[in-house]
Amino acid sequence: MRIVADYKHYKQLNEEVFQAVQAGVAELTLEDVNGQRFIADCLTGKLKIDIYGTPGNDLGMFMDGPTVTVFGNAQDGVGNTMSSGKIIIHGDGRDILGHSMRGGKIFVHGDVGYRVGIHMKTYKSNVPIIVAGGHAGDFLGEYMAGGMIIVLGIHNSAKKSEILGDWVATGQHGGAIYVRGNVDESKLGNGASQFPLTADDEIAVKKVLKEYCQVFGLDLESVVDSEFTKIAPLSHRPYAALYTSE
Amino acid sequence: MEMYSSVPEFRVVIDRQACRLCKRCIENCSFGALEWRDNKVKAFDDRCVACQRCVSMCPEDAIALRRMPSVMSAHPIWTENARRDVFTQSRTGAILLASTGNELHERVIFDNLLLDACQVTNPAIDPLREPIELRTYIGRKPRFVELEELGDSVRLKTELSPALRLEIPIMIAQMSYGAISLEAHEALARAAVMRGTTMGSGEGGLHKKLYPYADHIIVQVASGRFGVHPAYLKAGAAVEVKIGQGAKPGIGGHLPGTKITEEISEARMIPIGADAISPAPHHDIYSIEDLAQLVNSLKEATRYKKPVLVKIAAVHNVAAISSGICRAGADAIVIDGFRAGTGATPKVIRDNVGIPIELALASVDQRLREEGIRNETSIIASGTIRNSGDVAKAIALGADAVKIGTAALIALGCTVCKRCYTGKCAWGIATQEPELRSRLDPVEGAQRVSNLLLAWSIELKEILGAAGINSIESLRGNRDRLRGYGLDHTTLEILGVQPAGS
Repeated sequence: MRIVADYKHYKQLNEEVFQAVQAGVAELTLEDVNGQRFIADCLTGKLKIDIYGTPGNDLGMFMDGPTVTVFGNAQDGVGNTMSSGKIIIHGDGRDILGHSMRGGKIFVHGDVGYRVGIHMKTYKSNVPIIVAGGHAGDFLGEYMAGGMIIVLGIHNSAKKSEILGDWVATGQHGGAIYVRGNVDESKLGNGASQFPLTADDEIAVKKVLKEYCQVFGLDLESVVDSEFTKIAPLSHRPYAALYTSE
Repeated sequence: MEMYSSVPEFRVVIDRQACRLCKRCIENCSFGALEWRDNKVKAFDDRCVACQRCVSMCPEDAIALRRMPSVMSAHPIWTENARRDVFTQSRTGAILLASTGNELHERVIFDNLLLDACQVTNPAIDPLREPIELRTYIGRKPRFVELEELGDSVRLKTELSPALRLEIPIMIAQMSYGAISLEAHEALARAAVMRGTTMGSGEGGLHKKLYPYADHIIVQVASGRFGVHPAYLKAGAAVEVKIGQGAKPGIGGHLPGTKITEEISEARMIPIGADAISPAPHHDIYSIEDLAQLVNSLKEATRYKKPVLVKIAAVHNVAAISSGICRAGADAIVIDGFRAGTGATPKVIRDNVGIPIELALASVDQRLREEGIRNETSIIASGTIRNSGDVAKAIALGADAVKIGTAALIALGCTVCKRCYTGKCAWGIATQEPELRSRLDPVEGAQRVSNLLLAWSIELKEILGAAGINSIESLRGNRDRLRGYGLDHTTLEILGVQPAGS
């Protein structure tokens, strides 16, 4: 089903999407999207939503299951607190992408903004995954409690000389960030450190990148043909000695 | 180095003649203050927290707890507590942790407010014979109501916002599963159902056992987003965004990994044994506009069927902040005063940050009225509501409803020993240990909380009847029915209350 978003208010657009889903439509194409917020908010089940244009903030918030593909750039808060499903962005993502995400995948062809993947968490088989093809801004993976973030730095539209911003993984206490290339130690915040990839890490990263490369039509071998740096927490209980009572 | 070790606070006195050596006290003491030594019960005073469990369980009434007779030399500024804290921190180099509410400021302004009653010139109402309405709707109220005539019938043309219907203006506060036991959570949920009010999930998600009561549960979305998923949001009676809480304004929370049991990990959706860290801010909220975005995302998520509440701690600029929250689309603002309780908070924050609920409430109500937006949102006050008198006074100061936390826990058996953070609650409330949890019966507990709410409701009707008011709606923000006694001019001005006798 095709819905033209044009200058509709987000309430109207999302109501139309909701009604379509209620009526059993499983594949939707949204055209001329002009910054409408909360698209696919809290939608569940096996839906396929293609978006042409620029969706607004909190795309796929609380989402649990659907696959959303953006043929363009996305704004802030993509996949905020999302449970499962997949969000594919053929352009750039912006700030707080994957905030508190607890499952599913977000694949971004280009750059992502500040505070990406803050407080992502893992629960059993729910492992959230973010892959950014370009540069990631400051505070990547702050408070990270689980999941996987991969930053490739190969589609660097912002022409940043470095793949990562500052204060990476501050307060990290779970999960791992993998970066294609070297990371200067000064980029890391408190609580995180660099580690060599284990054989299991390499398998896990390659598995995710295989899917990522398929989505964007990239050559897997040339993507993985590089050193990767792993950033992981020093402790799962960073504040165990912070408090006293008697 | 020899250091003075501080004097225990309590002494466990055992009447050796009455004691029949049944060891029940030892089994019941979860703090290890009683042990079996040399064929008798030996007390370790330094471990006693005066939780009264042993006293209650002794079949012979052979145990008494006394304040320690041995005292430190008195000093008005360097109190025993002040010295104890320095000893502890000089040993550990760590943040002092505390439970329950503010201990530094004893004064409660509610106690200096007096309610009005009718004498001669207007008649009092007898609530035992005449109906008095306590029903309260929480949510946005329309500025005006438009009706449409359709032949013989009249239809409401104005579109109403979703509202919470409460049979009493008293709600049960947000306390997370993790801070309190599943049994305590269930007891509170059952009590909310029994009395037609709501309880809060807290920020730890909702155990599957609680879902049958979810239409009386306000589900919380806090900075850690623990346990927040579509089914959770859709199940609740309303959604509450927690920005801050009175016992720890402006700071996040750390539920230690040692307390993340399998069941808690399931409700919070995080691994067993890892710390559950709630960031200080929501990282998707750095402004009122961002708050509006979260509020709207929750309304979208629940298809505009549920009210969205926003909870903040009462801080210096609470009135201006509340105006922003109202304009951000919150259907209700929950204001938590600086005496509010908690399972664990840094003591220095608990005792020193925030302002009293009475002043915060009055200034928020006043500000929203002045801006002409008071109808756009409800105000819910919390943080030491100890009895129905406090409820009535809070409502007269401008609250639509109040929330109770500590009072509800006391109804469940809490003795305010202030050791929630240890996770060893001997009454099965603030603990996750199976043996301790089994001491709390959710059905019996629910009945007790329900009794408390019923008693306060009857008392509220007495208070209203005495004032010649037959609906709680007429007391709301009716500060003329309050008088201040022993309050200074500035405080009275902020409260909008006349001094007694004027």
